[in-house]
Formats: sequence, C-alpha cells, structure tokens
Amino acid sequence: MSRIGKIPIAFFALFIVAFPWVAHEIPSIENYTDIMIFAGIYCLITMGLSLLMGYAGQISIGHAAFYGIGAYSSAILTVQYGLNPWPCIIIGMILSAVVAVLIGAPSLKLRGHYLAMATLAFGIIVYIIFNEEAAWTGGPDGMTGIPGLSLFGFEFDSVEKYYYLVWIFVFAVFIFTVNLIQSDTGRALRAIHVSEPAAGAMGVDISRFKILVFVYSAVLASLAGSLYAHYLNFINPSTFDLFFSIKLLIMIALGGMHSIWGAIIGAGIITFLSYEWLHYFEEYEVIVYGAILLLVTIFLPKGLVGVPGIVKGWFRE
Amino acid sequence: MNFVDDENILEINRVVMAFGGLMALSNLSIRVKRGMIKAIIGPNGAGKTTLFNIITGAFPPTQGSVRFKGLPIEHLKAHKIAQRGISRTFQTVELFGNMTVLENVMLGCHTRIRSSFLASGFQLPQCRRKEAQIKENAMKILKFIGLVDKFSDPADSLPLGEQKMLEIGRALASEPELICLDEPAAGLNETETYVASSLIRAINAKGITVLLVEHDMKVIMNISDEITVLNYGQKIAEGSPEEIQNNRRVIEAYLGSE
Repeated sequence: MSRIGKIPIAFFALFIVAFPWVAHEIPSIENYTDIMIFAGIYCLITMGLSLLMGYAGQISIGHAAFYGIGAYSSAILTVQYGLNPWPCIIIGMILSAVVAVLIGAPSLKLRGHYLAMATLAFGIIVYIIFNEEAAWTGGPDGMTGIPGLSLFGFEFDSVEKYYYLVWIFVFAVFIFTVNLIQSDTGRALRAIHVSEPAAGAMGVDISRFKILVFVYSAVLASLAGSLYAHYLNFINPSTFDLFFSIKLLIMIALGGMHSIWGAIIGAGIITFLSYEWLHYFEEYEVIVYGAILLLVTIFLPKGLVGVPGIVKGWFRE
Repeated sequence: MNFVDDENILEINRVVMAFGGLMALSNLSIRVKRGMIKAIIGPNGAGKTTLFNIITGAFPPTQGSVRFKGLPIEHLKAHKIAQRGISRTFQTVELFGNMTVLENVMLGCHTRIRSSFLASGFQLPQCRRKEAQIKENAMKILKFIGLVDKFSDPADSLPLGEQKMLEIGRALASEPELICLDEPAAGLNETETYVASSLIRAINAKGITVLLVEHDMKVIMNISDEITVLNYGQKIAEGSPEEIQNNRRVIEAYLGSE
C-alpha cells in the first residue's frame, strides 16, 4: 500500500505525454486535451485532499475556498495591480497557507470532525465574500481580462502548451507527495489514522502533522485555482461554491482515498463526467453525483483502486 | 549530581484522577528506582491502566505531580513525554495493522530520528541517510525481539504473542529510559509467556527501567524487584515479591476477607 511502483508511474507519464497527440488525430475527442487541463488542475487539489483524508483521516468541506483564494489572488493582483502572474500565484499560496493555519490550528487540536465543520463554515463565508466584495472581486459577475502565463518569453497560449504546463505541475506535486508518503512523515500520518493514542505514545506530534497536511492541501488547492484563472482568463464566484467542495470529496471517494492513484483516477473521471459525459442529464447531473457517492460508499469503500483487490478475491473463492 | 534525583527515575506524588464522580486514583504516590523492574498489580478497576495513561501523557491527572528524572511531566502531551524517554505498550494491542512489522518499529524511531516535511518531499540526501539509519535501527530491534524473519509481514497478520513482542519492540525503538508495559503476558500461552518474561529481563539488562502492569502472578513474582499493589485507586501494599505474597491486605483484596 505504501510502496508506489516505478512502472505505473512510467506508464502514467507516457499516457500524459502522448494524450494530446492522440486526441489531436481523432476528431470526436479533439476537445479532450482541453478537458484534461481541468482534470490536471483538479488532480492538484485531490492529491492534497487524499493525503488529508486518506492518510491523516480528516475531512475538509471547504477546499473550494482555497481554490478560490488562489484564483482571486491571481485575478485581483494581475488585473487591478498589474503584477506579473507568477508572484501572484505564490502570494495566493502563502495567503492560503496562513488562512489554513488559522482555521486548522484550533480545530485540528480537537479530536473528531471539527475540521469538517470549520471548513464548511469557512467555505460558505469565502463564497459570500467573493460575491459581495464587488469592488475587489467584481461580485457575481466575476472578473475578466486575467492574463495568461508565460515564462522567459515563452507564452503558454495554446491548449497544448497549457496542458503540458499544468501536467508538469501535477507531476512535480505527484512526486513530492509520493516521497512524502514513503518517508517518515507518511508513516507518521498512517499511524495517526490507525491509532492516535499509539502514535502519540511513539512520539508523533499529532496536531502538528494534521495542521501540516491541511496546510499542504490548502496550498495545492490555491495553486490549482491560480492555474485555472490564468487558463480561462475569467472567473466568477459560482466556480468556488460549496458544491465544488463536495465534488472534490466525490472525486476522492470514487478513486479511493487511501491511494494517490485514487486521487488522480477520481479527479479524471469526475472531470470528464462534468465537462463532457453528463450534459445529457442537464440539471439532473447532481443526482448522478449523489448516486455515485452512494454506490461507492456502499459497494466500493476503497474506491476504484480497490476493484483489482475485489476481483482477486473472487478468483480465490 | 544529586543522588536522590538520580535514584528515582519516576516519582508519582499524591496523584488524584477523577472521571466525573468516579475516583480512579486517589492520592497515589509511587517511586520507581532507576534500573529496576517494578510491577503494579491489583484487581480489575484498581486504576493501573489509568496510572499508565497519566505517566505517558494520554491525559493529565486531576491533581498531583509526576516527575521523570527530577522534572515535572504531568502537563506534557504524549509525544513530548516520549521524547523525554518514556515509552509504553497497550493492554489491548495498538499496533499499526496496515503497516509491516518493520514499519511499525521504524515508526517507533520517530522520536529520535526524523526528517522535516519539505526534506521528505524533496527526498534530500540527508533524508535518505536518515531513512537508512532508521531501517538499520529497526532491524536491530527486530533481531533483539526475534521477529526479524517476519519483517515484511503486515503487523495484524501476526499471532497475538508476536504482536505483543512487536509492540514492545516498537516501544524500544524510541530508545526509552523507562518502558511501561501494560499486561505484556495477557492472552499468551505458557511458552509465549516464558518468551515475554525473558524479553523483559533482557530489556532490563540493557539498563532500561521497567514498569509493569500484569495479572499473571507467576510472571510478576519471577521477574519483579518490587511490587506495588493498588486497590480502588489506592496503594495498599508495597515491597518485594516475598513480602507481597505474605501481605494480609493483599490477600484480602484479591480473595476477599473471611
């Protein structure tokens, strides 16, 4: 469970590198490269969340807010202050980290699901601020004219270029997170998840680790939000509502929250469902998500990454 | 160096623990001399595990003080106490079942060697060196407790006897000066009990002070240097195994008065 093989990583990398080439050749999925950008952006959030939920055993129902803080930091600082986008992305991440400490520190020192309640309230408050502080955020209409990204004169101005930019970020975060899981920190997190008394008695500073992971997940969500804003060049508050926070949870539950692969698979599937495959359902889309969450919780508690294990179990019987 | 401080590694002074109206411990004072095997016995509900939980920082006492190596620790959190040099096992085995035998012991090393969040994520060379060191230490301990062959097994696949050994190994990995063993022989058969007793002696021979809660009287009488008897949260007797065996109040507490 803790070891992550090099071969699947290599296949995954190959798939990501080849995807735009293949999609470009097949007219019916030509637009899939664009959707994969969003999938990559969501992967950034779900990898942090899976560490928080699957390893540290804490639930956040407010990550849309950190996603929004990243997006609005990028938008406000570039549009209203004319700053270069890269420092804005970093400012957003720092701001998210500070906010995460302020929310996480008091609620994570308590046992139980206080973080879930605190983040739920936090998400709603931030959403209201995005809507009401129109002088800063443009209110419900949102903000336009957010610049794209460029590096040393190289403009990420096409779908393909931005695709590779986003997925380079995803890979960097993926490797960082895998390293983390396979280190002393990862062991401590898994220990906390199994038995807090035993982890504490073995010298693990439980609240410190929980706060660290929460901050890490918030920073990643902020990075994702910035990448979203600089790609679409337009944002409005509805992207960062409570439903998006819940959608993130569905991604993780569907993929499997005890595995970083689960975070990626879940983010990929839900992204394609919401951008492409569920249009047919129109406003009944929500019901499909509800059904997915229900079915996964009942039949696949380990998510899709648990399916091979279940199938193996059948063959053994 | 002050001789008295050095002699008592642990001093429990007038500790009171009340859970609502229930007095789990009332005015309990115990001294543990460095290097000894000290046993705490008493009927069920006497407050033995509560005492362990207070010593190891699971919760603070309602009143009173706990001093370890002369310094107060009763207000410290569990992980701080572990860093000071107290480790423990649990009455109901609390292993990390989803980890391997080796990983369980490696986690025990966390108190002494660890890498920061960023160093781990970037896999800095120092982090790899530390990880190798942790693994080496953990393998040494597995050799000591006799589980080296099973290092890659999931912890929850071991039989109970070996799980208890592994829990002791994990506690040793934090390099404690005082180890608190909560019923190390509970649920073990005769052979396993013998192995556990020898292991406790071997730990003590390394210079580690042992504080022991146990119901198995054969184990207690065999290995302890001194025994404290609790009943209803109070100390009713203290002394060598021979003294305790012949103490009238102890016999009454266990068998009831005539």
